[in-house]
Amino acid sequence: MTTATPTVGTGVQATTTTTRVSRVRKRLNSRTATLVSIVIALLWTVPTFGLFISSFRPEDQIKTTGWWTFFSDPQFTLQNYQDVLFGSSSSSGQLASYFINSLAITIPSVLFPTAFAALAAYALAWINFKGRDWLYIAIFALQIVPLQMALVPLLKFFSTGVTVAGVQVLPAWDLVDEQKFAQVWFAHTCFALPFAVFLLHNFIAQLPSDLMEAARVDGATHPKIFRTIVLPLITPALAAFGIFQFLWVWNDLLVALIFAGGGNETAPLTVRLAEMAGTRGNEWQRLTAGAFVSIVVPLIVFLSLQRYFVRGLLAGSVKG
Amino acid sequence: MEFDFAEEQPKFLMLMYGLIAFVAVVGGLLLLLDVVPAWFARRREAQLVAAATSGAPLPRRRKPREGLFALFFLLPTLLFLVVGLVVPAIRTTLLSLMDSGSTNWVGLRNYGWLFSEDSIVRVLINTLIWVLLVPLVATAFGLIYAVLVDRARLEALAKSLIFLPMAISFVGASIIWKFVYAYRGDGQEQIGLLNQIVVSLGGEPKQWLLDSPLNTFLLIVIMIWIQAGFAMVVLSAAIKAIPADIVEAARLDGVSPWQMFWQITMPSIRPALIVVVVTLSIGTLKVFDIVRTATNGNYDTSVIASEMYNQAFRYGENGQGSALAVFLFVLVIPIVIYQIRNLRQQREG
Amino acid sequence: MAFARSRQALAIAGVLGLALGVTACGTGNDKKSSKASSPECAAYEKYQGHDGKKVTIYSSIRDIEADRLAQSWKQFEDCTGIKIDHEGSPEFEAQLPVRVDGGNAPDLAFIPQPGLLKRFVDAGKLKPVGADTKAMAEANYSPDWLKYSTVDGKFYGAPLGSNVKSFVWYSPKMFKDKGWTIPTTWDELIKLSDTIAATGMKPWCAGIESGDATGWPATDWIEDLMLRMTSPEVYDQWTTHGIPFNDPQVAGAVDKAGMILKNEKYVNGGFGNVKSIATTAFGEAGLPITKGKCALHRQASFYANQWPKGTKVAEDGDVFAFYFPAVDPAKGKPVLGGGEFVAAFADRPEVQAVQTYLASGEYANSRAKIGDWVSANKKLDLNNVPNPVDKLSVQILQDPKTVFRFDGSDLMPAAVGAGTFWKGMVSWINGKDTATVLNGIESSWPK
Repeated sequence: MTTATPTVGTGVQATTTTTRVSRVRKRLNSRTATLVSIVIALLWTVPTFGLFISSFRPEDQIKTTGWWTFFSDPQFTLQNYQDVLFGSSSSSGQLASYFINSLAITIPSVLFPTAFAALAAYALAWINFKGRDWLYIAIFALQIVPLQMALVPLLKFFSTGVTVAGVQVLPAWDLVDEQKFAQVWFAHTCFALPFAVFLLHNFIAQLPSDLMEAARVDGATHPKIFRTIVLPLITPALAAFGIFQFLWVWNDLLVALIFAGGGNETAPLTVRLAEMAGTRGNEWQRLTAGAFVSIVVPLIVFLSLQRYFVRGLLAGSVKG
Repeated sequence: MEFDFAEEQPKFLMLMYGLIAFVAVVGGLLLLLDVVPAWFARRREAQLVAAATSGAPLPRRRKPREGLFALFFLLPTLLFLVVGLVVPAIRTTLLSLMDSGSTNWVGLRNYGWLFSEDSIVRVLINTLIWVLLVPLVATAFGLIYAVLVDRARLEALAKSLIFLPMAISFVGASIIWKFVYAYRGDGQEQIGLLNQIVVSLGGEPKQWLLDSPLNTFLLIVIMIWIQAGFAMVVLSAAIKAIPADIVEAARLDGVSPWQMFWQITMPSIRPALIVVVVTLSIGTLKVFDIVRTATNGNYDTSVIASEMYNQAFRYGENGQGSALAVFLFVLVIPIVIYQIRNLRQQREG
Repeated sequence: MAFARSRQALAIAGVLGLALGVTACGTGNDKKSSKASSPECAAYEKYQGHDGKKVTIYSSIRDIEADRLAQSWKQFEDCTGIKIDHEGSPEFEAQLPVRVDGGNAPDLAFIPQPGLLKRFVDAGKLKPVGADTKAMAEANYSPDWLKYSTVDGKFYGAPLGSNVKSFVWYSPKMFKDKGWTIPTTWDELIKLSDTIAATGMKPWCAGIESGDATGWPATDWIEDLMLRMTSPEVYDQWTTHGIPFNDPQVAGAVDKAGMILKNEKYVNGGFGNVKSIATTAFGEAGLPITKGKCALHRQASFYANQWPKGTKVAEDGDVFAFYFPAVDPAKGKPVLGGGEFVAAFADRPEVQAVQTYLASGEYANSRAKIGDWVSANKKLDLNNVPNPVDKLSVQILQDPKTVFRFDGSDLMPAAVGAGTFWKGMVSWINGKDTATVLNGIESSWPK
């Protein structure tokens, strides 16, 4: 859990010249700051913590008493995790299999939109061509299209291909089993692009224009500028988008169910977890454990991408 | 629990194909854009040299092919967007003019239904409350927290705590809040945290999700709880991107943290703030999972997107569902106009 | 899987892969056909001749129940060489239309709502069953059942599993200790409720919270009472909008249900007041019976799966169910129930073979033996039904005196049956009066 962030308190040591009074005020400030942040952190964590405690409690306890009674009357069980990880259904023993599916679905679904959107955002921000602002606004506005409305046409695109006036322009994809991952990648890429372009455009458009001018004067082409100047500078933005896209895809149920199907050849972890609740949703106590099994990977991703959010990347490159 | 690794091999193979395709497409595109102009440049150089030696007039410098570059940069994005979103958007608009089975044209009847239905007014008001509150409050919490923990000890851990709700799936989140709002009758042991607190303060337990309009606010709390993490991550990244020398200079000038926040931090992260607010607004307009799992729109909590999902997917009323979706497109227009103004300012400034 | 491998190989190694794939498929087939001639396969002879074919089935059945399904047709697969690929989805009702519209329909779907089935028929997506299936279904199921999958005179699929909804759960032990007897008429039921209420215990417990399906358990109450207070014919008119939803007869049934559900003296044992019914999860609603905090809980046969582990579900056990009594015994024994229908989106011969097999008595007995399953199939041998509640359900379903009617909300258009009817009942529990609720539902009926 190491980060490149220096562990300096809010500027207390930074200045030695300040007066005693202001130093005291600052310490007070930093103390309230700490307090407020702890309160927020608590507010945000308590519900999750309750779920975490619950995941170790027996089913009848979860359904009849509050999780805080755990501390006065601890009844500890691993049954929920046992159910989730090894399960009683013949398909649930293959949790590892669903994990692999989730990874196979998620990784390309994060990479493609990130790369495409970075390219597009650069063009929309720094290449002069007619109508680019309108194009950007149009892409931006596409964010509002509810993805539910896109399921049927997209599925048609995969299963029957494209026909224009009776002529087959594109064939059906006709994929089987694990090849269906490609459909899921495609769908997630489509749905993610408007937001990705919007987010990255905002970062790229803010890069100092003299930086670009200088590079242009030096004779650098757009691809070169993109690769050598823009990409390193927008790493935090790429990391931020990567995290959100990862979460979105990892936790997605709808797109996976439609485009990958529900078998253990292709279905991701979320599908399995939804099944855990039982056909009539009566076994939902298992979801308490399920939530924590599935949270592990996103958390690792978040913590490992954290180090890209470091101060001074931009400043450093301007100077150097 | 038998796990046959060989069974999994095709998946890894497929994943590998995906990664190869990624490298090929993106790398290929960049390479193409790099090599072709370079070739043109060399040719032009050769022409120049030839012209210089022969004493002929120098060839006219051609306009750089900016448009062509842009096209290649944008090509993958545009292709995906047309297939995945533009076509569906057009289709949805057409469907909104047709009947439930999408066979006959009915003109604007579905829109008439939209505005004649009594409950839809409630739905509109709810959507409005959502879209005003969620972006504002979630951004505020995210911003405060991002500023407070910036450079603090255990920053990564502190941020993870707020980020946690984002990492939990909607199923998980809805269970968590079901626990918080749960109700047991008077005199019985409460299993919901909120009622437990009320009871231990000497109050009467309440059925939180039944009373309108309080229930809408309680559902909004769930959304804020999830989305504050998003605001925090983006804003934190923006704060980190403030040039270190500016911060250092201000600090040497003896600027107080409060002044630092308003004079340095806020102006620097303004664009990121806009991104967060706009994204949360759009996300809130589209929210349907929370309402669907918590109340399914009962007790006057419905919002446009959850109503749309019910109409189009559960009731088989494609026309009415599509009309609601189109109505969402309309609602986003103010945000789009704001965005256009922003863009103009940015270009001028 | 062999097929998938061969596809994969094709992509990688071209011609070589093709050759490999063909041999892989070949060996697989040989194994199956050698088994087909064994004696236990004699019963499947009429389904043979589709060796190596694949049939996809889509349903809402998942987890352990899905395993049981797979187990139930295992022998059929082995003997005929037809591979059945079943997929259960938690979002079945919403996803089936998406898949069908997207050109990716399964071969067969187990559809629990005749209303949804009719929607697919109207859209021209479903195929009528073949002659064999029709004959098999007509031999094994009563016309009461078959009419629900018959649209415009064409028959679209035999029933599969069923459940009986007209049950009241109780604790035989508690009844014995307190000296209560099982009521056989509505009046006795009310009298018993009063007796129990006089002891200080709230007699009934109920809960209608069920995620995005919240409200359905309350609609079952109304349907059961409609069936009891009017006649099966009026019930049919009601579900097909032959009478308006705000008809006085419907209001009568709703008010009758209100005698129990909206009576603070009667509900909600173990949870609180009347309004707590709206927020109590249906799966937990009956559990106070095991804790002695409530005595009666009206819920379908499948509630047997909801009791905590270790609860003995039997006539002499911890919990059991009795028939929800008729209001007017002279009108016979009306039974409300549900079930799913095996509808086909394809008419390939192997699909029809599977469809016919699923309608057969062999299948019903094969599935029932595995447990936790009820069917209205007349060939189902009661001795093959292990669980006492299921046995009781099958008895009721097979009883010639039974007047069976399908769950009304599944028959109505989804906008009502899975929409305003559910929601209307929720706001009814939450304090709205009967007339307002029924007028609201009536105005939402699709024109």
